[in-house]
Amino acid sequence: MRRLVTDTLVIAERNLVRLPRAPELLLAFTVQPIMFVLLFRYVFGGAIKTPGYSYADFLIPGIIVQNIAFGGFVTALGLNEDLHKGLIDRFRSLPMARPAVLAGRTSADVVTNALSATILVITGLLIGFSFHTSVWEAIAGFGLLLVFGYAFSWVFAFLGMLVSTPEAANSVGFIAVFPLTFISSAFVPVQSMPEPLRAFAEVNPFTITVDAMRSLWLGAPAHNNVWGALVWAVAIIAVFAPLAVARYRTAAGG
Amino acid sequence: MPAGSDRSTVDTLNAADLARDSGAAAVSAHGLVKSYGSVRALAGVDLEVPTATVLGLLGPNGAGKTTIIRILTTLLKPDAGSAQVDGLDVVRDAAKLRERIGLAGQYAAVDENLTGLENLTMVGRLYGEKRAAAKRRGEELLERFELLEAANRPTKTYSGGMRRRLDLAAALVASPPVLFLDEPTTGLDPRSRLQLWETIEGLVAEGTTVLLTTQNLDEADRLASEISVIDQGRVIAGGSPDDLKDRVGGERLEIRLADAAQGEVALGALASMTDDPPSAEGDLVRVGVRRRDGAIVEAVRRLDRAGIGVQDITLRRPTLDDVFLALTGHGAESGEADLQDAA
Repeated sequence: MRRLVTDTLVIAERNLVRLPRAPELLLAFTVQPIMFVLLFRYVFGGAIKTPGYSYADFLIPGIIVQNIAFGGFVTALGLNEDLHKGLIDRFRSLPMARPAVLAGRTSADVVTNALSATILVITGLLIGFSFHTSVWEAIAGFGLLLVFGYAFSWVFAFLGMLVSTPEAANSVGFIAVFPLTFISSAFVPVQSMPEPLRAFAEVNPFTITVDAMRSLWLGAPAHNNVWGALVWAVAIIAVFAPLAVARYRTAAGG
Repeated sequence: MPAGSDRSTVDTLNAADLARDSGAAAVSAHGLVKSYGSVRALAGVDLEVPTATVLGLLGPNGAGKTTIIRILTTLLKPDAGSAQVDGLDVVRDAAKLRERIGLAGQYAAVDENLTGLENLTMVGRLYGEKRAAAKRRGEELLERFELLEAANRPTKTYSGGMRRRLDLAAALVASPPVLFLDEPTTGLDPRSRLQLWETIEGLVAEGTTVLLTTQNLDEADRLASEISVIDQGRVIAGGSPDDLKDRVGGERLEIRLADAAQGEVALGALASMTDDPPSAEGDLVRVGVRRRDGAIVEAVRRLDRAGIGVQDITLRRPTLDDVFLALTGHGAESGEADLQDAA
């Protein structure tokens, strides 16, 4: 167990140290989310009705959750690249704790997620978003965001270990994440969707998490969504972490 | 850290001799079988590598060489058969064995965005070393591999040869008694190749046991005390490099004549140089030679005396292709290339 912790930290450090040296990765965490915020706020925002809230208030919790899901691509691509470059083989030949390579990667993601969420909130504050709740609830919202992001990192870790090429990771991830994030309450109220989509959107963990974020940041009624979001996050980890580690154990490089 | 690090205090040659004399096999495998779906990558492989020697696995792409390495380094479980490395079972004692082996794969497995020193420090820490100790060991290895000047540069700025050296250094972080090298010099320029060969020879002199795969007969010849030729998942021949070359028929001269019509005369002039009858094909004459030394001079002298003009003359060493032709009746390229992906 001690080895698991130290090995995980070593790998997490590796992933963070290399980040500033790969400018294309850093762009994915900084400029890209800002672009999305501006796009939605000013291109679509005028046409979307969000009763009770300004679109800036409505958008920021949604786009921040979506952004975290998209940020996971970097995890899938990074792990897949490690696989192809033989790094996973090297790690697997070392006497290190088996889950550490993936746990280190997903832990490092928490830091990058915090970074890009902060950038998004600042951008949001500049375009008219404001917190309507107490500092504690705002902080709790951040915490929930990072838990959800951590859970999603495991989904992408599994994807990265599963597919044969980075290109495949990209397209499979895209096909999965795009509908999940867009058929949710992230950008529009689900009431505006046709019935089948609406039914999907209402049970979509993205909707549940986004609604929980809105309740923590805007004071919107969330019913049980904060707990619902946490349960989803734990369930996703419980399913995908063992799957990803199992793939890692048998992964073949090259 | 395993015993390797204090070996340098002992007379290195003695250490290697002692280890060899003990006669224990550092690596032994019995009846290894591995299939990927319906493709049989290994069809029962036996290997034995005595301590402080080098076994070369020679074979074309897809022959199963990499699969053998992957099984012996605990990356892959065999479907059948068993193997011990340094006295530990590769399946049962996998976790323990990982502390006793080093692996350098076909690809230089280093993180391109980390510096050379950061890469080695990371590996050291993953062996359970403290940061400071891992860093010291990393610096030591960088110096040994002449990478100290590049220690703090991201490895994406390294040349191919530098990356391979760093990869090998990473495999040596824990001074493992058994080292696995999967095509260590593929894609390297001749100078880097020679450097790497010298390094490997140094390690063996210090008592390290090495199992390496190669497609290059010269490499196997230079480094390996024993060679196992692998084809389609089986060991089809084994022995010392000299044994193997004898079976292949040794080296031969290839002489391009100025005038193809003189072929018959040339064969007559050269016949007593060789055990096998020389052959002529158009203006190209092939002559197997008993001894490398002086063969070219001797041939030119004979041809000159017979008044035969020579355009070009080369001494050709047997290649992997010749080995395969001699042992299997098919060339190396026809080895099952479709296995390559799976293996």
